[in-house]
Amino acid sequence: MNEITRPQALQPKDFASDQEVRWCPGCGDYAILKGVQRALADIGTPPEQVVFVSGIGCAARFPYYLSTYGFHTIHGRAPPVATGIKLANPELDVWVVTGDGDALSIGGNHLLHVLRRNVDLQILLFNNEIYGLTKGQYSPTSRTGTRSPSTPTGSVDNPVNPCVFALGAAARFVARTIDTAQKLMPDVLRRAHAHKGASFVEILQNCIVYNDGVFDGVTDKAVAADAQIHVQNGKPLRFGKKLEKGLRLKPGTLTLEVVQVGEGGVAEGGILAHDETNRVLASLLATMQPPDFPEAIGVIYCSPADSYETLMVQQVEAAKAQRPNAKLSALLRGGHVWEVQ
Amino acid sequence: MVVRFAGDSGDGVQVTGGQFTSATALAGNDFATFPDFPAEIRAPAGTTFGVSAFQINFGSTAIDTAGDQPDALVALNPAALRVNIQDLPTGGLLIIDTGEFNERNLRKAGYQANPLEDGALQQYRVVPIDISRLTLEAVKAFGLSQKDGLRCKNFWTLGLVSWIYDRDRAPTVAWLKSRFAKRPELAEGNIAALNAGHAFGETMEADDFTGYTVPKAEIAPGLYRSVTGAEALSWGLVAGAQLAGLKVVFSSYPITPASSLLHILAGLKHFDVTTLQAEDEIAACCAAIGASYAGALGITSSSGPGVALKTEALGLAISTELPLVLVNSQRAGPSTGMPTKTEQSDLYQAIYGRNADSPLAVVAARSPADCFDVAIEAVRLATRYMTPVILLSDGYIGNSAEPWLIPDFDKLPPMPVAFHTERAGFHPFLRNPVTRARVWAKPGTPGLEHRIGGIEKDYDSGNISYDAANHQRMTDARAEKIQRIADDIPPQTVSNGAPSGDLAIVGWGSTYGPINRAVHNLRHAGLNVSHIHIRHLWPLPRNLGPLLQGYRRVLVPEMNKGQLRTVLRAEYLVAAEGLNKVTGQPFKIREIEAAARKMLGA
Repeated sequence: MNEITRPQALQPKDFASDQEVRWCPGCGDYAILKGVQRALADIGTPPEQVVFVSGIGCAARFPYYLSTYGFHTIHGRAPPVATGIKLANPELDVWVVTGDGDALSIGGNHLLHVLRRNVDLQILLFNNEIYGLTKGQYSPTSRTGTRSPSTPTGSVDNPVNPCVFALGAAARFVARTIDTAQKLMPDVLRRAHAHKGASFVEILQNCIVYNDGVFDGVTDKAVAADAQIHVQNGKPLRFGKKLEKGLRLKPGTLTLEVVQVGEGGVAEGGILAHDETNRVLASLLATMQPPDFPEAIGVIYCSPADSYETLMVQQVEAAKAQRPNAKLSALLRGGHVWEVQ
Repeated sequence: MVVRFAGDSGDGVQVTGGQFTSATALAGNDFATFPDFPAEIRAPAGTTFGVSAFQINFGSTAIDTAGDQPDALVALNPAALRVNIQDLPTGGLLIIDTGEFNERNLRKAGYQANPLEDGALQQYRVVPIDISRLTLEAVKAFGLSQKDGLRCKNFWTLGLVSWIYDRDRAPTVAWLKSRFAKRPELAEGNIAALNAGHAFGETMEADDFTGYTVPKAEIAPGLYRSVTGAEALSWGLVAGAQLAGLKVVFSSYPITPASSLLHILAGLKHFDVTTLQAEDEIAACCAAIGASYAGALGITSSSGPGVALKTEALGLAISTELPLVLVNSQRAGPSTGMPTKTEQSDLYQAIYGRNADSPLAVVAARSPADCFDVAIEAVRLATRYMTPVILLSDGYIGNSAEPWLIPDFDKLPPMPVAFHTERAGFHPFLRNPVTRARVWAKPGTPGLEHRIGGIEKDYDSGNISYDAANHQRMTDARAEKIQRIADDIPPQTVSNGAPSGDLAIVGWGSTYGPINRAVHNLRHAGLNVSHIHIRHLWPLPRNLGPLLQGYRRVLVPEMNKGQLRTVLRAEYLVAAEGLNKVTGQPFKIREIEAAARKMLGA
């Protein structure tokens, strides 16, 4: 085989494939692709050890645009395919790319189970609150009242909050980032990769054709400082242009409230510090939404435990150690046997 | 000699049957068994739908089926009698536990009057015994509760039947001691019941009730064991993977009657078997596909309704041309149907049941022991042709047992998989010129990074392609690849009889036993009948068409409404006729004989 020579450090372009990218011009997916390629270069796993698995939808085209191994599967089923890949070869670095319809509608059951099993995967959910590839129907994350070809007079059902769902499914790593957040996203993805187990990352993604501006209330430059809170483990939960606002537990309740920090408000010591290992706090943070609260961005929850495939491999290895040199011929001859002369 | 044990599902009938089977194997008889149990885990005691039965056919000549009808029936309560009595021929031996024939149980079974008293059982050799009372007496010394004591009833019965057919009790005693190692009083109680039943047989005075000795069968020499279809299938899959040099990832979702594969394989971790109980049938199939993509042997398993759910994922495996073995333990349907009853009605589903032109390979096991060979064959085809293979078994094959001449695994030909590693000229849909299979390039291989998926691929690069002519070319290539399997399988043989003649009886799957025995009997009677049994159902063996042309008539007995018959008619324009039944029970030999005689006017 050919000698493998590789530059000292991988660059984002090393993770670009030769395929023409075919998302709509201006789609948030371009920015995510850039952020992921940056993160992959920073992480530095050789491309042959990396697998991207996707389901169906606009987001699911993602693997074609990376130079790694890629498997574009069927609608909603990327998590079990990825689980099978990890069981066959736990050494591989496996990423799942999915969308809000793929992960939370047709694939909701699989997302639940891949998270609770804690399979060592990075699961990137591109949430644009709409079905793009099928031309604009409302999705399970669409806000109530969304008008779409299938809901011309407005949707009536309640949306699901992806991060809250993930926490409910016992995910041990839950984060949220934004397509355009090119500085933050690679950091979040590196953290997701470093976490051994199922890492769930919701990425707010703008669909320029069918749901343009749906996240303006969070991402628009004019409002971002007040509508986002960048959570960091151990740091006070503060936000606003001058970090003049903070979160604390509303006295006597188990709910959060936004307070002014400092003069005329609450002393800095009265502001909650982020503890990413605290599931209750994570749930409160994940639930927050503008206009009453800022949207939590960053690593909301991280509390590692043994991953599924690690434990499965341990069981297999223990069984092999217990019965070294197990021979199939001996198994076939086990139990009651008799000789016919 | 055919013996059927029947009782309430809580009576331990299956355990009794299993122990009697072990003893029969040790006595050197050939045998076949048929466990028949209710779908309900704990159906109300004493009801007809809670009746569980176990039939064993054993003898000194070759045994192909569990027997058309019992020579002896053991009925442990009125419901068991009511459900099973119509199968007992006149003059048959009928052992009845009279202790259970009280007014309440009779009413539950739907009897207006006690059949022991109203002459309804006159034509049988009835042996009425108060087994319940005798069992309680036998176990009195061990301080068991009334409930635990009555639970020993099945072993009392086994003791009696062991005496009648001269079976050794020692293996059962050993089994009880290990089964109840932690509760020695239960072991002792059951052993005492077993011995008491045996002693009862020895000492009872009954005119036409004497012990039988069944001489050893004339069977091929070698080392034998008793094996169920589920065991042979599980071991065959592991054997196939070892011969291919692959790790097994078996991914399944619980469903009757397929779950036993998952249970058995979960206990074979020391053979590098990883099992996943997935969240649903779809996930089970997808995880197996993911495992194959990553270079393991992905296997999934289910029964008809579950296979329906896996169908979309099967299409993905066909499109991405990945190896996959899907075992379908068929059951009576449609929908939930009758989960514990056998049927072979998923042949259309296996061959045709997918959207688009989606060919794959289909093989079927004909008996419990045959499962081992067929499983290896399924692995061979899946890995050699980079295709999903559906292996059809059924509830009858999976649950029943037969003696198995244990193969010498170390002498089976290896069939190693060669993963692609060559970078020069690589693309993921490079094809083998002979098999037309694409290369298997697994993640982790430097320089072969590539992307595949369910979208149509360009024939020459593997990249996404929406080109119309290319789709035609790829569709043709997928069909051609599966058809080439026909060049790589043994030609169709005739199981019994001449390669031409008046009538070919053509079967597949678990009808092997009754067809073979029926053809044996018909030929013995001088009729020019042959038995053809098809293992490779898709693609069909190349010589099957010409072979069938050599017979005046063709009869296809199936436990469905005529699925293989339709396939044969479609493929060969042969005027195949059907003998079809879907009663949840295997064919009886005489049913096939009668149909054949009618066709031949004999």
